Amino acid sequence: MLRLAGWFLLGVFGCTVLGCGRHDPGRISLQADAEPPEKLSDYGLFQGNGSTQEPAKGVVPYDIRTPLFSDYATKYRFVWMPTGTKAQYHEAEVFDFPVGTIFVKTFAYPHDLTDMSKGQRLIETRLLIHRPTGWIGLPYIWNDAQNEAVLKIVGGTTEVSWIHTDGLERTLSYIVPNVNQCLGCHENRKVMRPIGPKARNLNKDFAYGAGTENQLAHWTRIGDLEGAPAAEQAPQLAVWNDPATGTLDQRARAWLESNCAHCHNPNGPARTSGLDLLSSQSAPYKVGIWKTPIAAGRGGGGRSYDVVPGMPEASILMYRIESTEPGVMMPELSRRLVDREGVALVREWIASMHDSRAQTKNP
Amino acid sequence: MSLQRRTVVLAVLAMFLAVGCAQTGTQPNKIAAKAPGQVIKINPGPKVQEEAQTALIKAKAGDTLEFGAGTYDFTQSLSLAVDNVTLRGQGIDKTILSFKKQDSGKEGLLVTRGKFLIEDLTIEDSKGDAIKVNDAEGVTFRRVRARWTGGAKESNGAYGVYPVQCKNVLVEECVVIGASDAGIYVGQSQNVVVRKCRAEENVAGIEIENCIDADVYENVATNNAGGLLVFDLPGLIVKNGKRVRVHDNQVFANNHANFAPKGNMVADVAPGTGMMVMATDQVELLKNTIKDNNSYSLLIVSFLITGRPMDDKQYDPYPEAVYVHDNTISGGGTKPSGERATMLAALLGSPLPDIIYDGILNPGKLVNGKLPPNQGVYVKNNGSATFANLHWDQLDEKASIASNKAKIDRDISKYQGELPALPGITLTETP
Repeated sequence: MLRLAGWFLLGVFGCTVLGCGRHDPGRISLQADAEPPEKLSDYGLFQGNGSTQEPAKGVVPYDIRTPLFSDYATKYRFVWMPTGTKAQYHEAEVFDFPVGTIFVKTFAYPHDLTDMSKGQRLIETRLLIHRPTGWIGLPYIWNDAQNEAVLKIVGGTTEVSWIHTDGLERTLSYIVPNVNQCLGCHENRKVMRPIGPKARNLNKDFAYGAGTENQLAHWTRIGDLEGAPAAEQAPQLAVWNDPATGTLDQRARAWLESNCAHCHNPNGPARTSGLDLLSSQSAPYKVGIWKTPIAAGRGGGGRSYDVVPGMPEASILMYRIESTEPGVMMPELSRRLVDREGVALVREWIASMHDSRAQTKNP
Repeated sequence: MSLQRRTVVLAVLAMFLAVGCAQTGTQPNKIAAKAPGQVIKINPGPKVQEEAQTALIKAKAGDTLEFGAGTYDFTQSLSLAVDNVTLRGQGIDKTILSFKKQDSGKEGLLVTRGKFLIEDLTIEDSKGDAIKVNDAEGVTFRRVRARWTGGAKESNGAYGVYPVQCKNVLVEECVVIGASDAGIYVGQSQNVVVRKCRAEENVAGIEIENCIDADVYENVATNNAGGLLVFDLPGLIVKNGKRVRVHDNQVFANNHANFAPKGNMVADVAPGTGMMVMATDQVELLKNTIKDNNSYSLLIVSFLITGRPMDDKQYDPYPEAVYVHDNTISGGGTKPSGERATMLAALLGSPLPDIIYDGILNPGKLVNGKLPPNQGVYVKNNGSATFANLHWDQLDEKASIASNKAKIDRDISKYQGELPALPGITLTETP
């Protein structure tokens, strides 16, 4: 009996000290050839079984100003950094995050967007883990019981339905991306990295349990970030659907950055097109204005230029963001539905441009 | 602790670790623990989408994914992001990867790592490009067929075999049918060989675009709207393509209707175009057989002739140092189609001359009104081929046909210079 108890204690000891333990993100192996944990609960990122998306201690929830449209899914974002490490601030680029950092993004569908009290269904949680050899992306799919998510490197398709803001039911074959598709957005010139956590996207208030605080200030205060200026000095992206945060041009460019520039930037997979939709790009041609397509194929929709000032219906950009057809639609991944509100914003933006060439060029 | 006790403790520890950690090792998702250099067999079946994509994700450098004979139905794009992987079928008539039922993703197959070899299979009916290889060094396509089985349609994918921004690319003995842009399209790449391929029923059969150092030979291009094009476009990251040698190709009867979606560059290619050089420098065209292409046998033009904007200060829109020699050209220009070719027929008569050069020159390079000798366009030893320099920039649409005709230079003897022969391409690192 004594011996059994000893074994039991030994088991606990081995688990905690030797790295097989659960419920602590710091115990996850970062070796290049390490097998990732099979279950999301193995990471210990959440309180309880994660069904409420309450983060564990040290796991910091955050939000970004203008997100990627993902078929109206609700997203919960968290970051965890190893004890004693912190991210290095950059003004324009994604921060330098320490090895061991884990980004967590859970995709969920509220049952009724007109009444959030009716609860939600968790679909998947994507992790971005910073190993010494680079970032890796892993999709975990939630089970029907909503008490565990399991690694599925090949992704999958899940039928979802919800009551939309207009009170009507929507259904969707939601696609969980496979690990290569993670690369499709997150990899630039063979280097995988997070996309969202840039100063201009993080520079906003967040309602933490202890009160509301600017995210850059909060990260700095809790020791997760160094080098950040005061929030007022840091850049700030417009919130695409909040006119108080920027002009029409700024909001449309914010939407285009978040929905397109992960590929359409000078180092991104779509650099072959010559189109750069980062909000910092100031050359009209690079942003698509009077730019002819390179390899659009039928994605061009019979239109001649990416953006024809004043003429959204003559602009290839509109055609592609309004399509849901594979081979035509943009972005290629991450959605099956049209982001109607985002499309309306871009249409308004193009329509507002004035350029005398639009009349003479006969687009 | 006695030695015996310590041994027991270690043994128990080891047991615990073995049990505790082996848990993940038995799961289907393991992506690490596998020896490299293996042959992974894949066969058709109802779950092949997941099986093939899983194999592509789990592949290690040196692995071969071997697709057995049969037809595979995929519903999503496949993608590979592992270095040094081979995809092999049992032959282009035996292993068919069909994307007819594809409902998400753009390409049939997307590859983003080098030392990639694909051979002996067919990819068909993808919603977008059939096989795109982006940003890879060392790429070989061998005996690969890309096709769209529903005939020539605007809704077909743009490109069949599509390496872009790659280095050391070999495309050989490939067949492409039905692409709504270019069948074999090598874009923004360096050190490229395209040989012994066949392109049929595409808008453009073979297109070399913004490439540096390419050798294109012993290919057949027929029944496309345009047979073989060497292009340079503005606004791209790899720009000002040069040193492209095109020899011993058979380019005949490229008289298919142009079914490219409007707005694309190739939508401007006149049906009946055999060969065309646009804006690229240092191009050598030799020993090609160019036959029965109804609009143009060979066009050499500046990007300016397209009338499209080009806000790109580093871009050179003029074709310079183009050397056309020892080609056999016949039967072309007899039924010009398209607005421009019809207009040219009014100026030049029918059939149109075999070699038409737009003659638009870079004013910044002229010395006494002429290009330096090493920048010129030269034609030599092309049998009885006829020639016209349009001096396009001097033509005036308001002037009479007679006065415009007088500006056109049809004296081939004035263009009989030579340029140094381009060397072949030495491919390195190509699997």
